[in-house]
Amino acid sequence: MSEQHGVDRRGFLQCMTWAGTGLLWSVAGGVLSSRAIGAGAAEAAGPPASFSFAQISDTHIGFKGPANPDAMGSFEAAVARIKALDPKPAFLIHTGDITHGQKAGAFDLASEGLKGTGIERTFYVPGENDVFLDGGTEYLNRFAAGRPGRGWQSFDYQGVHFVGLVNVLSYKAGGLGNLGPEQIEWLERDVAGLSSSTPVVVFAHVPLWAVYPQWGWVTGDGTQALGYLKRFGSVTVLNGHIHQILQKVEGNVTFHSARSTAFPQPAPGAAPSPGPMKVPVEELRGVLGIREVTYAPGKEQLAVVDATLAQG
Amino acid sequence: MRARNGGWTRMMLAGSAVAALLVASSGPVPAQPEAGPRIEIKAHAFGAPDVTVQPGTTVTWINHDDELHTVTSTTDVFRSPGIDTDETYSHTFTQPGTYEYFCTLHPLMTGKVVVRSRS
Repeated sequence: MSEQHGVDRRGFLQCMTWAGTGLLWSVAGGVLSSRAIGAGAAEAAGPPASFSFAQISDTHIGFKGPANPDAMGSFEAAVARIKALDPKPAFLIHTGDITHGQKAGAFDLASEGLKGTGIERTFYVPGENDVFLDGGTEYLNRFAAGRPGRGWQSFDYQGVHFVGLVNVLSYKAGGLGNLGPEQIEWLERDVAGLSSSTPVVVFAHVPLWAVYPQWGWVTGDGTQALGYLKRFGSVTVLNGHIHQILQKVEGNVTFHSARSTAFPQPAPGAAPSPGPMKVPVEELRGVLGIREVTYAPGKEQLAVVDATLAQG
Repeated sequence: MRARNGGWTRMMLAGSAVAALLVASSGPVPAQPEAGPRIEIKAHAFGAPDVTVQPGTTVTWINHDDELHTVTSTTDVFRSPGIDTDETYSHTFTQPGTYEYFCTLHPLMTGKVVVRSRS
């Protein structure tokens, strides 16, 4: 990787603010490019890649509100959309709010339903809807049994280091998403031995950066955690929670929030409060979606491609 | 079997009587909780985030949002389940004090109930 090249790009990216919705930004070989979200996955993948993975988020199994009376149906459409990805993703990441308020049977419906993608392995992190009733007991027993800590995890795949962080288990009155000192210390140790040229992918539910603190769309101690990742040449941060695509670039770190498969939420500050947003029924699937992320050796950044459920 | 069941019933009745005596001797608790304020939850906010009531008052929260909220004491005195759209949750406050609470799904939503006798 050319350091000079990285500095040039960083200089340019510092001028960027929000990429906003409707456009997808990606950096391939150091060239920043954008294309409409509607662009097909096949075009977006670019040169032959070593592997891809898929992200699904905020499935809210059990949601039946007016913003989407058939959230189970759109979840199944998302599963079909992932199943159709070519090449087949190596694994799936679920960035939380698997269930809508831990409704009875919802975890089973989600994990059974995701088998329909044909992808063998799903890595989960919880959203607040998955843990608020019982402090995370059911979630941790299902998805984190036998692991140290409270659900956080890391793994390596084809030279890329993946870190799943949990920022919904210590909500306090008046507070925000929170990782806590134990998890941050774990993260520091987890990445300490890695070469700075290792591509890093971090996934969590609540955005790790300040999307909109007035609505709680931020992780209070996220900046501290990200401090341990600054030295890496390529860091991709994936999250859910806000049910819309927003992107931001800071140095070598790119942040991508994902669409939900259940219902959209308003843009930051565009409504009196966050929450399920009703759109005309014919527009709903155009604001729900899934994501494919592709890693190609030699590329500095991973290619992130979002697809709506309205697309074939 | 019948005799054994009868024995159990008698024991339970005796236990209830002891429990009732214990409650009766623990302080002045009104026989009927007084219906108190009804707090509307809307647009991720508690409509009356700061209310003062007398001991023995039942406070009711009703959720008008299209998603779940909770009413959860910061000191574990009370803890609602998920309150869905148009559902209510009530808690009777018997002891004087200040009870702060929040929504465990949306922790920026906070409120408090002050319980004190009329002087």
